[in-house]
Amino acid sequence: MSGPASIGVDAGSTTFKAVLVDREGRILASFLEPADPRLEEQAARALDALQAPPGTPVGATGYGRRRIHAARTLTEITCHARGAFSRTGEPGILVDVGGQDTKVVRVGPGGAVLDFSMNDKCAAGTGRFLEVILARLRIPKEEIARYAARSTRPVPVTSTCTVFAESEVVSLVARGEAVEDIVKGLHAALASRVASLVGQVPPGSRVFMSGGVALNPAMVEALSKELSVPVSVVPDPQLVGALGAALSALS
Amino acid sequence: MILRKLQYKAISCLGPGLLSVASRIGKRPGRGSAQGAAHPFGPPLESGRKLREIMSLHYLSGRYADGAVPVAWVTSGFPVEPLRALGFHAVYPENHAAVCSVKRLVPELSAAVERLGYSRELCGYARADLGCAVTGTTPVGRLPRPDLLCCCTNICQTVLYWFRALADRFRVPLAVVDAPFVYGEAKAGHLEYFADQLRGLAETAGGIAGRATDRGALLETVRLSREGSLLWAECLAAGRAVPSPWTGFDAFFHMAPIVALRGTKECNGYYRMLRDELNDRISRGVGGIGNERFRLLWDNLPVWHRLRPLSAVLAENGFNIVCSTYAAAWAEAGAAIDPADPEGSMARAYLNVLLNRDLPYRLSFMKRLCAESGSTGAILHSDRSCKPYSIGQVDLQRRLVSEAGVRTLLLEADHADPRSWSEEQAGHRLAAFMESFE
Ligand code: SF4
Repeated sequence: MSGPASIGVDAGSTTFKAVLVDREGRILASFLEPADPRLEEQAARALDALQAPPGTPVGATGYGRRRIHAARTLTEITCHARGAFSRTGEPGILVDVGGQDTKVVRVGPGGAVLDFSMNDKCAAGTGRFLEVILARLRIPKEEIARYAARSTRPVPVTSTCTVFAESEVVSLVARGEAVEDIVKGLHAALASRVASLVGQVPPGSRVFMSGGVALNPAMVEALSKELSVPVSVVPDPQLVGALGAALSALS
Repeated sequence: MILRKLQYKAISCLGPGLLSVASRIGKRPGRGSAQGAAHPFGPPLESGRKLREIMSLHYLSGRYADGAVPVAWVTSGFPVEPLRALGFHAVYPENHAAVCSVKRLVPELSAAVERLGYSRELCGYARADLGCAVTGTTPVGRLPRPDLLCCCTNICQTVLYWFRALADRFRVPLAVVDAPFVYGEAKAGHLEYFADQLRGLAETAGGIAGRATDRGALLETVRLSREGSLLWAECLAAGRAVPSPWTGFDAFFHMAPIVALRGTKECNGYYRMLRDELNDRISRGVGGIGNERFRLLWDNLPVWHRLRPLSAVLAENGFNIVCSTYAAAWAEAGAAIDPADPEGSMARAYLNVLLNRDLPYRLSFMKRLCAESGSTGAILHSDRSCKPYSIGQVDLQRRLVSEAGVRTLLLEADHADPRSWSEEQAGHRLAAFMESFE
């Protein structure tokens, strides 16, 4: 294994991620924290934690990328595509459901971005949708998938707007619907919203998922069902953007 | 009345001289003038000064028009030729609203009409124009009171309701020229229907002007209109050179005469000058931006309130908008006008304007523009204000990608209202789009 070659930082709106990679793009160390408004301090903390040799080139992405002292800054679209391709080695459709936006990137050979669409004007269709409503139901993050798995009769949640869905869920609870069934219904609602951004999946195309929401198996399952194609999770889904940034700093 | 006439005439004749002196004195440092190598644009177009001059004169003479000559407020796609032949001074509320948009007055004007119950979903041009009528605010000094309102539904239906509201406010007649939507080719019956309305228009407008149409004057106006469209087409064709001698953003400004002065000698004189300057730049290899690496098509109206920053970020990264459906639309249809058959050819030209045609036509038009200009990418501005232009863009985008291999970006904005603009999100999408070319 070759030594440390570059650092990638993904200063996202909800979490801050950083990775140290070798020449082949293998992740040697990683760092992940909730986003801190004192971004410069957080970046310094990350560099310390990664124990990178001084002078290691840095690539940055994410909403806060311009505040990172980096040799190369690129958008998450490009970085997610590169990061995902380096882990999967395959072109396809990459769905990144992030905390505040959802991106669908058509990744071509070599990890090039062929096309992308984004949902970033409202919280519907983003990780925030689940977060807000599940907090309302007092379900901790780690429990979400277990709840969904227990559902026997998912309740349809018709509002895709986060604010309206929240009040809809309140009335479903009041009506005595089982929390498990509501949780499953919420996943289906989010998946249908994300699927509309994906559009038609051409036959033979692979669909990959990255971002923190990909760690929730219930969401992966709901999206597979909605798209009628299997959805594969990119390994270390939360680090994909940071990995892409590190790869850009390498080249 | 006589005094008004004299004032109107004096401004129209003396104006150019006066304004050219004024514009030389008050000359702002142009884009690219002595600003160093880091500046992303090429040297500014000399014609820009003349453009400011003739458009200022148009608005200045407008201040003295009412009471001197008959005044009509007309929609951009209205067959203006019969009005010009009758001596009307034509005011273009859309052009005026574009000036308000560039000056970022729309939120204030819109708020005035939103308080009266107009929806924010209404086209920003309509809100701006109605806002001017309600508040009396205008960046051009004063707009002349209309004697006649003229609306053609070949661009959208919004104009119909907007002009009805104006007719109500000013208590003047509204002449509507109804344009059936063109699926495929314009049908013979529709052409006849349109031409008939033009004859009716000449009568109504003649009644207001107090005279009958002079056939010779009509033929001359029609000839000028056609010539103007062809000259504008030549200017746009100059953009195909590599590097392009100007940018699509320049063209958005330089299209003002073909919209608001169509059918006049001033318009055509201006485009001769612009064409010659562009050709001269081509022969000297002078580009609209300093380092043109990628060429793009723009679809829909410009984002008037963000033109400068948008053009700068594209130019800094070596991207040049070298063609747009919006600017080209004014060259396409007008060329069909023919003095040999004024009414029939006007019917054809005005029925066939871009927004009155179906999506297959729009797709083929965009593909043609990309191919002619060597554009490998396209920015489709999804304009919250202009629904007829924005509807179908997602399909157009998909087909441009799959059938023409053109990279695309759908950019959500509003041509007039900055309140629909999100700097962070738009900038982010634009950055990702540009990265995908590297
Ligand atoms: S809706 Fe579109 S076509 Fe109609 S007036 Fe507004 S900008 Fe023009």
